[in-house]
Amino acid sequence: MTYIPITPSEREAMLATIGVKKVEDLFAVVPAAYRFPKLDLPPALTEMEAAAELGDLAASNETVRGDLISFLGAGMYNHYIPAVVDHILRRGEFYTAYTPYQPEISQGTLQAIFEYQSLMCALTGMEVSNASHYDGATAAAEAVNLAYAQFRGKRSKVVVSPTVHPQYRAVIRTYTQGMELTLVGDDPQADLEAGPESLAGFVDEDTMLLIVQYPDFFGRIYDYTNLIEAAHAKGALVCVVANPIALALFKTPGEMGADIVVGEGQPLGIPLWYGGPSLGFFTTRKKFVHKMAGRLVGETVDSRGQRAYVLTLTAREQHIKRERATSNICSNQGLLALASAVYLSVVGKQGLRQVAELCYHKAHYAAEQLSKLPGMGLCFSAPFFHEFSLCLNRPVEEVNAHLLEHGILGGYDLGQDYPALKDHLLIAVTEMNTKEEIDALVHVLAEVAHD
Amino acid sequence: MTNIPSNLKYTKNDEWFDPASGKMGLSDYAQAQLSDIVFVEILVGEGDTLQAGQAVASVESVKAAAEVYAAVGGKVVKVNETLADAPETLNSDPYGAGWVIQIEDGDASGLMDASAYEKYCAERAH
Amino acid sequence: MTEFILQDQPKVVEPTIFGLSSPGRVGVSFPDADVPRAELPESLLRADLPLPELAEVDVVRHYMHLSTFNYSVDSGFYPLGSCTMKYNPKIDEDTCRLPGFLYTHPLQPIETVQGNLALMYTLQEWLKEISGFAAVTLQPAAGAHGEFTGVLIMRAYHKSRGDYKRTKMLIPDSAHGTNPASSGMIGLEVVQIPSDARGNVDLEALKAQCDDTVVGLMLTNPNTLGLFDEHVEEVIKIVHECGGLVYGDGANLNALLGIVRPGDLGFDVMHFNLHKTFAVPHGGGGPGSGPVGVAAHLADFLPEPVVGIIEDGDEEIPPLYGFVRPPKTIGRMKAFHGHFGGGLVRAYTYIAMHGAEGLRQVAEHAVLNANYLQARLRGVYPIPYDRICMHEFVAEGRIEGSDVRALDIAKRLMDYDFHPPTNYFPLIVHEALMIEPTETENKNTLDRFADAMIKIAEEARTQPELLREAPHKTPFGRMDEVRAARELVLCCWLPEEKDEA
Repeated sequence: MTYIPITPSEREAMLATIGVKKVEDLFAVVPAAYRFPKLDLPPALTEMEAAAELGDLAASNETVRGDLISFLGAGMYNHYIPAVVDHILRRGEFYTAYTPYQPEISQGTLQAIFEYQSLMCALTGMEVSNASHYDGATAAAEAVNLAYAQFRGKRSKVVVSPTVHPQYRAVIRTYTQGMELTLVGDDPQADLEAGPESLAGFVDEDTMLLIVQYPDFFGRIYDYTNLIEAAHAKGALVCVVANPIALALFKTPGEMGADIVVGEGQPLGIPLWYGGPSLGFFTTRKKFVHKMAGRLVGETVDSRGQRAYVLTLTAREQHIKRERATSNICSNQGLLALASAVYLSVVGKQGLRQVAELCYHKAHYAAEQLSKLPGMGLCFSAPFFHEFSLCLNRPVEEVNAHLLEHGILGGYDLGQDYPALKDHLLIAVTEMNTKEEIDALVHVLAEVAHD
Repeated sequence: MTNIPSNLKYTKNDEWFDPASGKMGLSDYAQAQLSDIVFVEILVGEGDTLQAGQAVASVESVKAAAEVYAAVGGKVVKVNETLADAPETLNSDPYGAGWVIQIEDGDASGLMDASAYEKYCAERAH
Repeated sequence: MTEFILQDQPKVVEPTIFGLSSPGRVGVSFPDADVPRAELPESLLRADLPLPELAEVDVVRHYMHLSTFNYSVDSGFYPLGSCTMKYNPKIDEDTCRLPGFLYTHPLQPIETVQGNLALMYTLQEWLKEISGFAAVTLQPAAGAHGEFTGVLIMRAYHKSRGDYKRTKMLIPDSAHGTNPASSGMIGLEVVQIPSDARGNVDLEALKAQCDDTVVGLMLTNPNTLGLFDEHVEEVIKIVHECGGLVYGDGANLNALLGIVRPGDLGFDVMHFNLHKTFAVPHGGGGPGSGPVGVAAHLADFLPEPVVGIIEDGDEEIPPLYGFVRPPKTIGRMKAFHGHFGGGLVRAYTYIAMHGAEGLRQVAEHAVLNANYLQARLRGVYPIPYDRICMHEFVAEGRIEGSDVRALDIAKRLMDYDFHPPTNYFPLIVHEALMIEPTETENKNTLDRFADAMIKIAEEARTQPELLREAPHKTPFGRMDEVRAARELVLCCWLPEEKDEA
C-alpha cells in the first residue's frame, strides 16, 4: 500500500492543468532504454502484514532485556530509559519537523537544542556545545577537523592514545586519509599499563591534537591534568573522549583543561538499537567556536521583544562556505539530542549521580567477586568506573560461548584489538544489572575456572 | 550610496589598497553585500611575503562567507589585530579602522582607480 | 525592514529547563544499591553537578509547550524543496521500537541477532535492485556522510590503479553545499561547472575541464532546479572518457523510484537519503541515514563491514548472516553498523509495504504534484527554467511592480499556515523559491497553497509592508540574527542565570 491521497479523477484534472495526457508523459526526458524498469521486489504488504513480518524479524533476536543478561559494553551501554523520554520523542511536532531554518515556526526545536547545548556544557565543564554529530567516533574525527582548521594545516601530527576505542581510532583514520596527517601513539603493541603521561613524549611542536579517552577503553579513570598541561606547553590542543554517565561522578575534562570534549551520548536516554542511531556530543571552548563544525543555536530576541533562539554562525557551515567549511555535516542527530535533553532533565542532578554511583558500585562488586576466582584476575590496577578488564585462563571465545549457553552475554574480547590482551574480557556493569545477575556471572565463570 | 574614496585603488574582488599608507581592506560595496560581519580571521602574519591574489583573511557575516585577497604583492608590515574582537568595524568603517593588513612597497599599477571601480560596481548592481 | 524592540529584559515565553529547576526536586529515582558500596576515589571526583532538578510533570509540560511552537509535517503542508518532507507513516514508529530491535547490542554474537542481520541484508538487496548498483553499504549516518564515503571510494579507486595525479572534483553550480564540502574534506580541488540555459550541465564547459586530473563529477539528477538533465548519458560518457567517475547525489531519488535506475544510466556511486526517499522522519534535523550504492568495479572499496551470508541456507534452514570486510575497504565510517533502528528498520518497513508498483506510484505522484503546482503558479511568479519538472521546481520570489523579496514571501506563507519553500537555493536563481510538494499531499492542499501564493503576489503589490513585517500570526516574529551572532549566548547553565524565571 502507499500513502498517496490523490484520487483518479483528481489526477485527470491535474494532468489537464499541466497540459499532458497521461502521467508517463511527464517522464519523456528519461532515456527510453532505461525508462520504467521492472523492479524485482517482493509483493507489497498491508500494514497488518508488515507489522507481522517486522515483528517476526525482531522476535528472532535475543535481547538484553528478557532473553540475555548482558555484561557487554565497549562503547554502548544498557541503561534504564525513563518512560517520559520516548513519550516526548513521539510527538510529531518534534520528529516530523525539519532542521529549524525558519525560526518563527521552529522555536520548540530551537529552544530544545539550546537547552541540550547547555546541559552538555554543564556535564563536560565546557563553554560551547554544537547541536550534535552522528556518534562518538565521528565526533572524535571532527575534533581533528577542528584542530586542522585551527592550525590551518601548519601542524600535521595527531597523537591518539592506544586506549581510545578501537573503532573510534579506525574512524579517525578513515576521515583523515586525504589530509596528509601523521597519526601516532595508537600502537596496539604499546605498553597499556603505562600511565597517561607516557603519551606526552609523542607531543611536539608539530602536534595539532592529542586525543585521550575518559574513562579509557578499559574503563580506567585517570586525571589528565598534567598530560593536558604538557600538551599545551607544546601548543597542541587536547580532545577528551568522555562517557557522559561517568561525568556525573568524576572530575570534568573541562576542569582538567581540555580544549575539546566529545563522546557517545547513547547512555543518556537512547536505546542500544543495535548500534544506532545514537548521539555524538561535541563541546569546546568559546575561542574555538568559529572552527567547530555542526549547527549551533544562540539566544536572541524576536521583533516582538520575546526571547527566542536561532541557528547562528551559519556562515561556518557547508551550505555557505562549501569546500572551505570545516566539515560537510548537514543532517545531525537532532531527535536524539532531544532524547538526551529530556533524559538529563527528568533524571536531573540527583538521578544522574545515582545512576553513576550504581554503575560504579555494581561494577566494583563484580570485579571483586570475579578476581577471587582461581586463574582469573583484574588486568589493571588503576581506578575504574563501570567497565574493567578481566584476565582469563582460556580463550575469551570459549568462555563467552559457555556464558551464552547460560543466557549470559559476556564481555568484549580485547584480544581482537590488542594482541597483548589475548584471553582478556572487558566486562561492563550498569544500574540494570542486579546482584543476582552478577552472582550468576560469577557462578558460571567459577565453573569455567574449575573446568 | 556606495562610498568609493578617490585616493584608493581597487581590485575585482572588492579589496581596496592605499598606495600612500600600504594599507588594504574590503570596500564599502563588499561590506554592504556581505551585510553584518561577525567573524574575521587574518590568515597571514607580520613579516610574511605575499603574492597578489593570495588569501589574507577569512570573513563571515550572518549570511555569507568570503575571503579577502592580497590587493598587491609585498611584505606584510602590520595586521589589524583589533578586528578579531570587533569584526563589525569592517561594516562601520571599511576604509578607516577596518583596514585588514599593511603591505610594504606594494605595486598598485594593475589596480582600478576609483572611477573604474565605481563603474564596475554599477555594472553588477543590475 | 523589521524593527527590533530593544530592551534589556526580553519577554520569556517559556523558561529554560534550568530556569524551571528547584533545588531538591526529583523526577526519576533509582533503586538503592543491592551490593556493598565501594570506596570512591576522592581525588578524582567532581565537586558539583550543575544539572536542573525537576519533577516529571514539569518536564512533560515544558516539552509539550515547546512542541506547540513547532511546525511539522504532522501539522501541515511542508513544501521545502530538496528536503522531501513527505508524510511519515505511523507504523514505522512502531516497528522501529519493537523490543527485539531496541534492546540488541551492536557487538552481540551474530547468532543472537539474525533478525537484525537478515533485515540489513535484505535492505541492501532491495536498495541494489531499486538503484541498479552492484553493492550497497548501510553504514553512513546521513546524506553528507554518504557523500564523504563516496568521494573516499572514488579517491581509493584511482589510487589503487596507481593513478595519483587525479585531484580535481567537478561540481555543477546548482549542487548542494555538501558536495564541495565533502570533496574539500579530503583535500580535492573543486571546479565548478556552469549550467546551460535549460538547466542542464553545460557540455562544452564540462568537456573543457575533463582531463587526466579529474577524480570525477558529482551530479545531482534530477538537479536542484528539479530538472532531469536532458543529456545525462552524454555527461556521464564525457566524464568516463577522461577516466573520471560519476557520483550521483541521491537527494532527489524520490523522483526516480521505478522510473529509472541511476546504476543503469552509468553512475558509478550514489548515496541514498533514507530520511527523504523512504519516509524516515527528519527529526528536527536528524538522524538521517545515507547508505551508498556502487557499481561492481567499486564494490571492493566499500566501508567495513557490510552484511553478507556467512553460511548458505537451504529450504529448511535460513542462511547465517554476518559481517564481511570488503578487500580494499576505505575503512570504517562510524562506530558500529549504521542507523539501524531509526533509519534501516523504518526504510525496510516502507519498502516492504510499497513494493515495486507502490514505489513507482510514489515517484509518479511526486512529479505530478510538482508539475501541477508549477502550472498553477506559472505567470504569477517567474519560473526561470520552465519545462516539465520532476519532483520539485524553482520559482523566483519576485513580483512585477513590487520590491518584496523571496524571504518576505516565505515569511508571509506562515500566516497562511504553510511551511515556506526553501529560499535562496539553488544559488544560480536569484530570489529562489524551491517548491517540493511530495506525493503525500492531495489536490485540495495543493490548491490551497497555490491560492495563498497567488494572494501573496497580490498583497506584494497592494500592501508590501504586510509581507515585509510577516509573519504576524505565528507565536514568534522575525529574529534579530545579528544580535545572536554578535552576543553569542550559546549556553544557559551558568549559576548566575539560574533564577531567570
